[in-house]
Amino acid sequence: MSNNTYGFDQDAALLKDSARKFFSEKLPVDKLHELVANDPTLGRAPRSNWSEELWQEMIDLGWSMVAVPESAGGLGMPAVAVAGLMEECGRAAIPSPMLSTLATTYVLAAAEAIEPLADICSGEAATLAISGSRDAWDLASTEVTYNNGKLSGTSYYVQDVDKVQKILVSAHSDSEILLFWVDKKSNGVNIDLDTIVDLTRDQGRVSFEAVEAKPISFKGLSALVEAMPKIWMLVSADIAGAAEWQLQTTVEYVNARKQFDKALGFFQAIKHPLVDVMIKVDETRSLLYSMANSISASPEKATQLAHMLKASASDLAGFASGRSVQSHGGIGFTWECYVHIYFKRQKHSQMLFGDASWHRARLADILIGPVAA
Amino acid sequence: MADTQRKDTSEQGKFREYCREWLANNHPGEPGVRLPQSPLEIMTNEQMNYLQQWQKSAYDAGLVGCDYPEQVGGSGRKDCQRIANDEMLRAKTPYFPNVIGLGMAAPTVFYHGQDALKQRLLPKLFSGEDIWCQGFSEPGAGSDLASVQTFAKKSGGKWIVNGHKVWTSLAHFAEWMIILLRTDKSHKYDGLSYFVVPIKSALGNGVTVKPLIKITGETGFNEVIFENLEIDDSYRLDELGRGWQVAMTTLLHERGAGDLHTPRAGGLKSKSAHTSNAISLISLAKEVTRNGKRVADDPIIRDRIMNCIIREQGLSENQRRGRVPELLDHPMRIPLQNKLLSSEIAQEIASLAMDIEGAASSLYVGDENAPAGGQWPLAYLNSYGMTIAAGTSEVQRNILGERVLGLAKSK
Ligand SMILES: Cc1cc2nc3c(=O)[nH]c(=O)nc-3n(C[C@H](O)[C@H](O)[C@H](O)COP(=O)(O)OP(=O)(O)OC[C@H]3O[C@@H](n4cnc5c(N)ncnc54)[C@H](O)[C@@H]3O)c2cc1C
Repeated sequence: MSNNTYGFDQDAALLKDSARKFFSEKLPVDKLHELVANDPTLGRAPRSNWSEELWQEMIDLGWSMVAVPESAGGLGMPAVAVAGLMEECGRAAIPSPMLSTLATTYVLAAAEAIEPLADICSGEAATLAISGSRDAWDLASTEVTYNNGKLSGTSYYVQDVDKVQKILVSAHSDSEILLFWVDKKSNGVNIDLDTIVDLTRDQGRVSFEAVEAKPISFKGLSALVEAMPKIWMLVSADIAGAAEWQLQTTVEYVNARKQFDKALGFFQAIKHPLVDVMIKVDETRSLLYSMANSISASPEKATQLAHMLKASASDLAGFASGRSVQSHGGIGFTWECYVHIYFKRQKHSQMLFGDASWHRARLADILIGPVAA
Repeated sequence: MADTQRKDTSEQGKFREYCREWLANNHPGEPGVRLPQSPLEIMTNEQMNYLQQWQKSAYDAGLVGCDYPEQVGGSGRKDCQRIANDEMLRAKTPYFPNVIGLGMAAPTVFYHGQDALKQRLLPKLFSGEDIWCQGFSEPGAGSDLASVQTFAKKSGGKWIVNGHKVWTSLAHFAEWMIILLRTDKSHKYDGLSYFVVPIKSALGNGVTVKPLIKITGETGFNEVIFENLEIDDSYRLDELGRGWQVAMTTLLHERGAGDLHTPRAGGLKSKSAHTSNAISLISLAKEVTRNGKRVADDPIIRDRIMNCIIREQGLSENQRRGRVPELLDHPMRIPLQNKLLSSEIAQEIASLAMDIEGAASSLYVGDENAPAGGQWPLAYLNSYGMTIAAGTSEVQRNILGERVLGLAKSK
């Protein structure tokens, strides 16, 4: 074993490898297309297409509790291992509540909320309801309030909400923000699914009408702040994996397709931008493992690196998607061609939890200091 | 830094301590002369002498050629050049003058030369006593390197060389040249052979070196003309007709993708030799105003500075991930990006620095009002040398596309 592995050890390599094999066996892209792209109708009612059985198998493999600390009954795997797993979820564009469950886990762990973590270990999926209708990535944006033991108001842009059992809600209570663990089936919880571009995810609005709840711990906002860099890491890993699929699939196509008596990849207007996609994938992946490793090795750098990472990943998501469709020509513009599935997932991931300029602005606040009034 | 140290082997750890201590006592100090931004623009004997002395003292101390075997003048260590480089960078030493020698000639001679030749040439190359240059490009052969025409004609046990090399960096100081020659006109690739040539001793006697002036106003590269220069067959590297394969070893190391780590010092900051990284843009942006406010408060400039910082960080993390085989898809995928990315990022940084300076970016080296002594416009001009030399960015993208992604060859 080389001595400079970002802490990416044999367990991490094994997890990543087996995830890759699992997805390519269980949900190859043609099956994925059948599963998620069965209805092209513009303006169709929102729906979430996924395989619950597959998710159950992922739970049985222990993947939904990889990030739960050992002390709370989970596998407590290091962030580099989790990043590897998420990369594979992205490469397979897998429709599942994986990202949401892992994201929620990181917040719960930061809040030291033992009981909810036990729910995750028992196989429940969960998601975060922390965004308001505007300025969604501002942690103060939640429009839910907590008064007299009851939650009221609406949460927006709640990811994978159709697929989960539990919701971690952030709400204003007097002058602070607190966190609540709510069963989706509780009285007063109403869910309206959004019609979204991405076919591999679902998203919705969750309204709370006097839902009884108790704060999960005395930590609220601080737990969210602590967990956000890891959440940006998860989305970025998904983007990196999906982008590598876009790159390899497009390379394969431009090698096979001939025009002007040459394989398309011969032409530099095709070749050079694909090289630039590769370069951007590598930038994102290098930042990904560096950031993941920093969580334990140099935690003071984690937030900075996470902003760098998500900025890089968001740019990658847009760029790789654009090149994948453009380089496929007419076929790339059809519903039938698989590239649109990844294109749409990437456009979703690009904005999810902050796009590139949002993250660069936050990074500038750290490195330059806030803009003078 | 703490991070890298923890990962040192015990040999590396001890060596690191040794380097640190030696550097604390033997830093050559501020040069008495103005140094250019890189060794490729060294113009005067004073500059060269100062830098040669520094390289010699670093070599004598064992900080140069660490990973080469002792028989050829190295110190026979394992993966320690990296450590010495780290520490020299930290100690902000001047750069080494013999860059072509260390980065390109040494690995090529080492892998392809006969033992006697290695033992004779490499020690003085490492010490910097012999400066080396690279005679690849010609007026008619640039990106298409394999079309070189400088011809070596066999005459008994000797070769007679005639032709014209161009853009030859450091030839005006060089004792030796690595050279790609045509020995057979009927085969493009297999008609090439690779030699080392003593040029200083042949000046006026078959070799003419004519300086060329760069876009910046500096000198540093040259035309080198060969007229019936006679060289010995023992100066040939590898077999006759294997010149192209040998040249690949040179190019791989030149582009930072070879397996022998190039000895590299640097980081000395003085008014004249100013290294330009993205973080330094922040202090610049705080000093300059625009629309009555600090440029550092302009959202677009902030965004662009962060973008440079992220790209720079990404490149350095690439080096690190490059050492984790489990996280690599193709062994050459990261190494072949080094030269392309470092040159393009440096260019973007310099270009942004000029935008930040605004009107004052018009002031050049020599103007007493120029911010930072006019180093940023100089760096911006010089940055094009880096995106052109050692294979242009376009050629690098061809190589990455063809060798790594497997896209159809453009020739
Ligand atoms: C500062 C500096 C130092 C140098 N030092 C040395 C040295 O020490 N020794 C030495 O031998 N050489 C040296 N060179 C030369 C350098 O290697 C060549 O300039 C370089 O390889 C490009 O060749 P060229 O100048 O003939 O340009 P050309 O090959 O004519 O290229 C002109 C333009 O066309 C583009 N182009 C060419 N072919 C293609 C293609 N197939 N696809 C797409 N675009 C293409 C190029 O990218 C470039 O933009 C140096 C150059 C510089 C600038």
